[in-house]
Amino acid sequence: MKSLEELAAIRDKMKSKVVLREGTGEIRVVVGMATCGIAAGARPVLNAFAEKVSEAGLSEKVTVSQTGCIGICQYEPVVEVFEAGKEKVTYVKMTAEKAAEVVEKHLKGGEVVTEYTISTAVS
Amino acid sequence: MIRSQVLICGGTGCTSSGSKAVREAFESEIVKQDLAEEVKIVPTGCFGLCEKGPVVIVYPEGTFYSHVQAEDVAEIVEEHLLKGRIVQRLVYDEVDEDEVTLTEEIKNEVRQISLNETAFYKAQKRVALRNCGVINPESIDEYIAMDGYAALGKVLTEMTPEDVIKCISDSGLRGRGGGGFPTGRKWSFTAANKADQKYVVCNADEGDPGAFMDRSVLEGDPHCVLEAMAICGYATGASEGYIYVRAEYPIAVKRLQIAIEQAKEYGLLGENIFDSGFNFDIHIRLGAGAFVCGEETALMTSIEGNRGEPRPRPPYPAVKGLFAKPTTENNVETFANVPQIILRGADWFASMGTERSKGTKVFALGGKITNTGLVEIPMGTTLREVIEDIGGGIPNGKKFKAAQTGGPSGGCIPASLIDTPIDYDNLIEMGCMMGSGGLIVMDEDNCMVDIAKFFLDFTVDESCGKCAPCRIGTMRMKEILEKITSGNGTLEDIDKLEELAMHVKENSLCGLGQTAPNPVLATLKFFREEYIAHVVDKKCPAGVCKALLNYSIDPEKCKGCTKCARNCPVGAISGKVKEPHVIDTTKCIKCGACIDNCNFGAVVKG
Repeated sequence: MKSLEELAAIRDKMKSKVVLREGTGEIRVVVGMATCGIAAGARPVLNAFAEKVSEAGLSEKVTVSQTGCIGICQYEPVVEVFEAGKEKVTYVKMTAEKAAEVVEKHLKGGEVVTEYTISTAVS
Repeated sequence: MIRSQVLICGGTGCTSSGSKAVREAFESEIVKQDLAEEVKIVPTGCFGLCEKGPVVIVYPEGTFYSHVQAEDVAEIVEEHLLKGRIVQRLVYDEVDEDEVTLTEEIKNEVRQISLNETAFYKAQKRVALRNCGVINPESIDEYIAMDGYAALGKVLTEMTPEDVIKCISDSGLRGRGGGGFPTGRKWSFTAANKADQKYVVCNADEGDPGAFMDRSVLEGDPHCVLEAMAICGYATGASEGYIYVRAEYPIAVKRLQIAIEQAKEYGLLGENIFDSGFNFDIHIRLGAGAFVCGEETALMTSIEGNRGEPRPRPPYPAVKGLFAKPTTENNVETFANVPQIILRGADWFASMGTERSKGTKVFALGGKITNTGLVEIPMGTTLREVIEDIGGGIPNGKKFKAAQTGGPSGGCIPASLIDTPIDYDNLIEMGCMMGSGGLIVMDEDNCMVDIAKFFLDFTVDESCGKCAPCRIGTMRMKEILEKITSGNGTLEDIDKLEELAMHVKENSLCGLGQTAPNPVLATLKFFREEYIAHVVDKKCPAGVCKALLNYSIDPEKCKGCTKCARNCPVGAISGKVKEPHVIDTTKCIKCGACIDNCNFGAVVKG
């Protein structure tokens, strides 16, 4: 180690690995992972969220977590996005591809992907 | 992609309650459930809430599982990590189950509050312990991720040694090992002495019964001590450091060895660190556990390979220390504060605490308290907050009587002074001392004369024997205390004890002897009436000193169930079925088995 830059490089590389433990995310993405969710394919969705959030450099802002049954099994996999001061957004019938889109447009761009939300699915 | 991390405490407390088996179970269950790519197991240092161990925290949820056993692991992995359902029965619970006004929904919400919101952690402010229980202590990369070695980098590239000493002085940091000497001033003394070789010594010879914060820092965050020692070396002109650590701390020693190797590999120890021309190397020396070796001159004598005995001061270590060279010696916790002070500034540190005691202090809570463990609080927090809020109060509805600070070198704080803010000066004023931060809580069942005798027993054992006041004085004091607790004491003995204590305090060579009478003096000051009860009434009010106790059976309450007689190990109880029983006091050994077994409260002690 000969320079502060080298130290900073290690820090930045490692930061995303420990940031999970600080849990200070302003946005919380919760994937329903009960039996129905898993059966409908929630695990690839959860993993896609974790991966894409990290790739997009959003790890400090977004916490990806899982929860049990949200209660609308026919719409699984269900993903909910909580953001302080905003109304909860519920995405339904998610896939890994849709997850990537939500990360890009909603979490990064701030725009809700309305076509995947529950209100669109119900109406 | 790792989406979840399972932090398992690998500190000494949790290791002894079985965290190693828990870790192995997690490792195999995660493979079984095909989660190895998604979930990472991270062994960490101590979280502080040792009472609830083994402790496991699952992130990102921050779910705090307590008392986790290997049998529970399959359920946590399947339910929580796979299906996302928190295993409520294992969650550390501060909710009072009897609180009927709360709905089940609210109770669940309260249960899921993050770890930092629990009463145990909320009032704490973690500086020295900031990485303990957060990072893997065997990974230098994780330490670097938490801004590790950035302070060393800053010091070597932007600051002069004078700047560093000024920053530490301005922060108001004082030694955390006992005396509370200002750290910046200590460093400046060594810096002012010219020599071909100087040393930095880290005192990790933690010897107070009940104190384990240094152990926790070394086990949970060893790199921060190495970093701070290098900073100290730069500030004082030393190129070599020694860590003197007890051989009884095997986990700490192992992690220090790993940390030193990793730091050398990265060039953060060794030659020309950060291309600044500064060289620094660290060696470990194992101590054999003698209490006196925590005294700075005895410690250095021991490192030199001699019998660990103190030497007279002056000359002070800053002039003639280790191997007769100028030496700076600091305790582990003191060092643990240094990198943060450099990075966040002297003002940040000085903003915490009281006027003359800055920053935070780690206390090891033990004795009659619900949450035993390690707590780090800002200086100036009252004893009441520590015991009632953070410590969760006294178990079994007993009343708080006193708290012992500073172990065998300190004194007790009585219940009447529970609202005193804890800092160096207030404690000294009360006749106690901060010491290394052991805080032993006592309730109404503790006899203060017995406590004084306990600590004196310890110092008599540990006295190195070099100077007469300590060698002979503490022994005579112990004999007087034995006389009092066995019911043969007189009022004159109490006066003699007090006079002798003053002599030992004033005339001993080193800190061990100078502070050994403190437990006696403090209990005499605050609980003199208990001493008097022992010698005048021949009674032990707390019911501890066996020679002064007599067991008897209240014939009104005794139902004649024979349970006490059946459980008496010496056959001292006689009586017919359904008739009141009697204790033969000549046979009774006062073990208390009859009290424990009586369902009617008929056995009386006094």
